[in-house]
Amino acid sequence: MPGQKSAVLFAWILLVPALLYVAAIVAYPLVDTFHLSFTDASLRKTTNWVGWKNYQKIFDTEFAEIIGRTFVWTFLSVSLKMIIGTGGAVLLNAALPGRAVFRILTMPPWIVPMAIGIFMWGWMYNGQFGMISGLLQRFGLSDGPVAFLAYGSTAFWATIITDVWIGVPMVTMYMLAAIQSVPVDLHEAAWTDGASRFYRLRRITLPMIFPAAITMSMISLISTFNSFDIIWILTQGGPSGSTTTMIIDTYSTAIGSKKFGEGAARAVVICLFLSAFAILYFQAVTKLSRRMTT
Amino acid sequence: MMKKNAMIDRYRWWEVVLLYLGIALFLFFILAPFIEGFLVSLKPLGLLFSTPYKFIPENGSFRAYVTMWESVPGFARYIFNSFFISTVITLAVLILVVPASYAFARIKFKGAGSLLGGFLAVNMFSGAVLLIPLFRLMRSYGLLNTYWSMIVPGVAFLIPTAIWLLSTYMKRIPRELDEAAYVDGAGHFYILRRVILPLAMPGIIVVAITTFIGAYAQQFIFALTFNSKTEFMPLPIGLFAYFGRQEVIWNELMAASFVGIAPAMILIFALQRYLVAGLTAGAVKQ
Repeated sequence: MPGQKSAVLFAWILLVPALLYVAAIVAYPLVDTFHLSFTDASLRKTTNWVGWKNYQKIFDTEFAEIIGRTFVWTFLSVSLKMIIGTGGAVLLNAALPGRAVFRILTMPPWIVPMAIGIFMWGWMYNGQFGMISGLLQRFGLSDGPVAFLAYGSTAFWATIITDVWIGVPMVTMYMLAAIQSVPVDLHEAAWTDGASRFYRLRRITLPMIFPAAITMSMISLISTFNSFDIIWILTQGGPSGSTTTMIIDTYSTAIGSKKFGEGAARAVVICLFLSAFAILYFQAVTKLSRRMTT
Repeated sequence: MMKKNAMIDRYRWWEVVLLYLGIALFLFFILAPFIEGFLVSLKPLGLLFSTPYKFIPENGSFRAYVTMWESVPGFARYIFNSFFISTVITLAVLILVVPASYAFARIKFKGAGSLLGGFLAVNMFSGAVLLIPLFRLMRSYGLLNTYWSMIVPGVAFLIPTAIWLLSTYMKRIPRELDEAAYVDGAGHFYILRRVILPLAMPGIIVVAITTFIGAYAQQFIFALTFNSKTEFMPLPIGLFAYFGRQEVIWNELMAASFVGIAPAMILIFALQRYLVAGLTAGAVKQ
């Protein structure tokens, strides 16, 4: 094609604004985080180089416990999102009257301002007046009011459930798209041979959507690991640290106590985990795409 | 063929019952907070704190929807701020993303793949990880406690998905069109403006909608951290500040929440066809 050289130049001219913007607002801060993690930066004007001190400090505290808690929280949340979301997708794929409406009704948690959905959960978890505690008492499953956010173990699960609630619509829509892209011929052939609906679900649909499920759980893993709003609004990491994940811990160190240096060291640890997840993700995707093409 | 499809989709009665039961359970999980929130907004404050728990409100009324405008101070302002911030973010994202997507979709150049990968890597980091340097950056440019403190970082984190969506869309426009324009002597800029942009309009609209929703619904942390002035707060933060007070007037808070999510709900119902396509395509990031 004529003008190839000028076309390449034109491409770079078009890319420069977006590139500069992301470099200034994401790439530079990322580098700065690494730099700050070796200093005692705070609101004061002067900052000193402190070497590995911040890193030694965080491992002196209950940091290992926080990492463990973050992984358990993330694992439970992602698993539940995938199970409920895929289940919902299978149900919404059934050719029943009303399914178009059901699909729209699945979207609200995803579309409404996240904080507002979380306020509503805050009320539901209320021991005296909330729906969950009220229903538990009415059905005789609990003797007295259950204040879900007041105790460590229930607060831990409460934040997970709310995170699952916000994540499920996206998983459902994505898995529904995957189910609909399974070739109809496969189902028809099996149906002609007399395979039952459940058998076809188990032997055709689920294996065919497996690659999409892996992709979706990796995407979900990264966003769940980064989850902040839900825990911050419901419990701010409490009671007594039982819902403090790495992100919450970083936020309260850096922004709450204004210890920028120590906060940055925590953020660097998070970045390392995220990079590991990203590598895992790309490996999974390339392996799956190779398996699909050969 | 038609007949076969109809047969394969025929359910026995107990299958229909089970499926509807499953769907009911699933939708109850999704909608329960909204149902509960709506019922709370109807309950008079005196009855709200009555035990034992009653699911259906007695003496329900829409009074809270009237009184909240006075008791949630600045409520109208919060809604305006939310719309204003999201609109500016959407415009800025489009200005940056439309040319960049054109470059990725229509021009072959070295390093395009890894550059796109670099943009998408931004999606890995939530704002939370970068808050400290961003805070210092905002402070040194005097942007803290202004609209800009929420707009500037908001734009950056919405760029990657927007580029991905729009360049995927632009790739589908047949190549012959630009080649024909080339042969007729059109320049690069002319082709972008007169050939590709008009054809990419539906894609640009989808990107605008998903970006707006992303800005309106999902951004919380920047407004929480970088702005403490009531007059600039977007709706979620304004309500969060109200939520944190000692005596929360719950029925009014819930009423305010419903009025606050109404725009998003209307958008869903009006544009759901585009939304599903746009949001799920945005999720595929390989």
